[in-house]
Amino acid sequence: MSERSQQAQQPVLQLQQLTRVHGSGATEVHALRGIDLDVFPGELVAVMGPSGSGKSTLLTIAGGLDSPTSGRVIVENTDITSGDRKVLSALRRRSIGYVFQDYNLIPALTAAENVALPRELDGVSARKARVEALAALEEMELGHLADRFPDEMSGGQQQRIAIARALVGDRRLVLADEPTGALDSETGESVLALLRARCDAGAAGVLVTHEPRFAAWADRVVFLRDGAVVDQTVRSDADSLLTGQAGQR
Amino acid sequence: MSIRHGLLALLERGPRYGSQLRTEFESRTGATWPLNVGQVYTTLGRLERDGMVAQSGEDDAGHALYTITEAGREELRTWFERPVDRTSPARDELAIKLAMAVGASGVDIRAVIQSQRRHTVKAMQDYTRLKFQAISALEGGGRQERDDVAWLLVLEQLIFQTEAEARWLDHCEARLIRLSLAAARSGPTAAATPAASTAVTASTTSTTSAPATAHDAVATPTATPEPTAEVGRTPRR
Repeated sequence: MSERSQQAQQPVLQLQQLTRVHGSGATEVHALRGIDLDVFPGELVAVMGPSGSGKSTLLTIAGGLDSPTSGRVIVENTDITSGDRKVLSALRRRSIGYVFQDYNLIPALTAAENVALPRELDGVSARKARVEALAALEEMELGHLADRFPDEMSGGQQQRIAIARALVGDRRLVLADEPTGALDSETGESVLALLRARCDAGAAGVLVTHEPRFAAWADRVVFLRDGAVVDQTVRSDADSLLTGQAGQR
Repeated sequence: MSIRHGLLALLERGPRYGSQLRTEFESRTGATWPLNVGQVYTTLGRLERDGMVAQSGEDDAGHALYTITEAGREELRTWFERPVDRTSPARDELAIKLAMAVGASGVDIRAVIQSQRRHTVKAMQDYTRLKFQAISALEGGGRQERDDVAWLLVLEQLIFQTEAEARWLDHCEARLIRLSLAAARSGPTAAATPAASTAVTASTTSTTSAPATAHDAVATPTATPEPTAEVGRTPRR
């Protein structure tokens, strides 16, 4: 993904002047204070910050699981913070995939059934949903896990299935909240490698983490403090240089 | 960094000439520590003086070849066996900078920390991208050249090092906030300690407006570092 092709595209996710206030009066807490963030197709953005900096609030609001006090969340050119609730919930379900720290797979369903479920909810026939799920698993080299139940898989395998589920069908926004939190470091790396590969294939990802090693897989790292973006890394000019160096290897 | 032992290790594989040693050293370490050919010849001269290498004629192109001696092999064995000394650490500019920033007038130590954190995380992003490429290449079914494996190990060392630095920076920030809160709680007298007063002046927005947030911030960076080296292990998709 080059800088140029990225700019030519519309962001998949736009956060505009997002604020979130919990409580009121003396107990008022400003969880988010005017966040602006665009995430483009092919881009993985990591949000880093200490606990209480607002990073999880940011992700739940970006995913429509909570409403902002003010500001807008625009997903695939549609404002998901206002309008008909039924339409919006369908839109959120169809365009946004979540990956949580504790995987959240449905224990009574196999890996393939878990991945097929969002498509069935989209209204796709069970048979077609299964075909798509198997294709998605195959593409992510997870085909061998298709018929396993969650309790028959390791944490890392479950998390990779959760990523497949998040991006099944034409979904191309994945929001991941500490997806490596429950994993050892090597398994965590393999989960990040999959997320990275999905973004390289065109998805847009937001990764919340407090681990610099995992944030380092992102194209851009946004630093949050007290509900505001205080800093971010930009893609460096050194990139081509370093890549050139790697090319000689 | 021991150029001396690096050259001995390369010569152990057979006679070589100066610029060849330089090229091999750099390809083994991904040119992370570039050498100039002058350094190589100076080091070879010293090794020869110390009886660790000997000149052994020329190759077809007229390059002077060097060969490792038995004394050189012995020195190399000892080097591999002996741990690298960590008890007298090299001067670290960042540690010195932060030490000097404590209590310095007109210096926002949290801004110093953040600007370093951005730089360090950026470096980690670059190293991680290179690592991803290196692993893809090694897993791509091609021959696993020892230079490629060595380069991956060096890259991962750079990642571990920058990660430790990023964690330490988080810790420094949390430490300063904690000290400033403690100073604020125990009244104006205690605030006279240099570290605490620095933290008070340094943390401009956070500690005053959102005490709960600042308190939380203390908790995160103390997360347990992962002690297990994963060097040489490869993420699979």
